[in-house]
Amino acid sequence: MIPFDFIYCRPSTLKEALDAYRQLQSEGKNPVYYAGGSEIITLCRAGEIRPGGVIDLKNIPECKALALDERALHIGSVCTLNQIKESKLFNLLRLACGRIADHTNQCRITLGGNLCGSIIYRETSLPLLISEAELTLFGPEGERRIAFDKVFKGRMELQPGELVLQIHIPSWALKARHYHVKKTQNEKIDYPLVSLAALWKENRLRIAVSGLCSHPFRSDQMEAVLNNRALSRDVRSKEAAAMLPLSPLSDRAGSGEYCRFVFQNTLHTLLEEMENGKI
Amino acid sequence: MVRYEGKTVVSLNINGEVRQVMVRPSDLLLDVLREQLGLTAAKPGCKNGDCGACTMVIDGWPTKSCLVLAVEAENHVILTLEGLGGRAAVQQAFVDANAFQCGYCTSGFLMVCHALKKQHPVLPEEHVMEEWLQSNICRCTSYQEIRNAVKIIYERDQSRI
Ligand SMILES: Cc1cc2nc3c(=O)[nH]c(=O)nc-3n(C[C@H](O)[C@H](O)[C@H](O)COP(=O)(O)OP(=O)(O)OC[C@H]3O[C@@H](n4cnc5c(N)ncnc54)[C@H](O)[C@@H]3O)c2cc1C
Ligand code: FES
Ligand code: FES
Repeated sequence: MIPFDFIYCRPSTLKEALDAYRQLQSEGKNPVYYAGGSEIITLCRAGEIRPGGVIDLKNIPECKALALDERALHIGSVCTLNQIKESKLFNLLRLACGRIADHTNQCRITLGGNLCGSIIYRETSLPLLISEAELTLFGPEGERRIAFDKVFKGRMELQPGELVLQIHIPSWALKARHYHVKKTQNEKIDYPLVSLAALWKENRLRIAVSGLCSHPFRSDQMEAVLNNRALSRDVRSKEAAAMLPLSPLSDRAGSGEYCRFVFQNTLHTLLEEMENGKI
Repeated sequence: MVRYEGKTVVSLNINGEVRQVMVRPSDLLLDVLREQLGLTAAKPGCKNGDCGACTMVIDGWPTKSCLVLAVEAENHVILTLEGLGGRAAVQQAFVDANAFQCGYCTSGFLMVCHALKKQHPVLPEEHVMEEWLQSNICRCTSYQEIRNAVKIIYERDQSRI
């Protein structure tokens, strides 16, 4: 059980959501937006967070949308990982969603929740970091549309009271050549040791990585090395693996040096498969 | 807008009936169904989203009810093992395949298998079946028997056509 009380609000419009946020804030309730609830419930039960109010976004039509037009794929923030998988509209995101938690949890965890959550892996961010995705945000200052990587710096940097409304992926990226791999310590269903998404634009490789450091990242420096075909695969993968933006995590999944070693091998396999025409 | 504060009566659509429960907004669906409605088939295991013993089917999809608030379940269609009636095809297949030992995980697995059959009426590819079944843990390791039970469900369905 959750050993304390909170107020539960279920708005049907964005305005109601914001009004609820302001009202709960003025009552000193320290409210949180609530999507799939899996992280909020887990952290409340463990006593790690104690919100006085939760605002459930799942009844707001704009947050539930999933639509494709000629310019982009638009995904409402409360779409579940399973809905995204079943829609089969963006295969790279489908692959990433399919390796987060297990199938039943994927029917519950939302895209917005995975991006905004405090669990560090945020694996759905990887396809978005390399596909020129954009976000529509809604908050006290109104609605704004912004490049994903301007707001996501390993974790979401939202204004107080702001929520993620939709995620937009440009249509070129939906069909682009891509690759996804997730390596875990042991079991198939686990947090990542290394999770990597790759996408090619104009024959140039882009990669984003989670699990290795304290937050997901994309590195221009690393991509420059990986795209330098004058160097051998061994050299490129070794140099790129030496360029981590932060020190690698040494945790239950493995020591930092081991994680870097796995990453280097992952890059090597990626280059090999790419150059052998397997991807 | 719905706003609930303190104890409130909410109506839940469970196993084809509308039932009223008195809940705090922070009460979990699993606890409410077990403690107020005596629907004890869904089991508390890890209460952390890992084991699947608490699985119910909500709007046709398997859901770990330890990670759902009871107030959220309003306006949704909830199916628990009790709603299958005791002689459903999935239940018979589990008996015939000896797909349990202590039985603690069984109701969760049955609900996953029931939803799988509804969402995939025709035998899905092996990897789909594996993906669905991997959401649940069986400490007695009846995995092979459970998989056989799923195959029986589809085979019997096929032989009826
Ligand atoms: C069993 C299990 C296994 C997991 N395995 C993985 C894994 O392998 N890889 C991985 O990356 N993650 C994993 N996770 C983490 C999971 O993806 C996150 O906990 C995620 O936050 C859950 O999404 P949710 O929709 O349930 O979020 P919620 O619990 O509803 O919310 C999480 C946070 O996001 C905020 N939030 C939610 N939606 C919005 C929005 N639209 N706008 C603004 N803020 C919002 C909430 O305020 C809250 O702070 C796992 C979680 C579980 C329970
Ligand atoms: S009790 Fe819900 S998943 Fe274990
Ligand atoms: S039969 Fe005992 S846990 Fe599965």
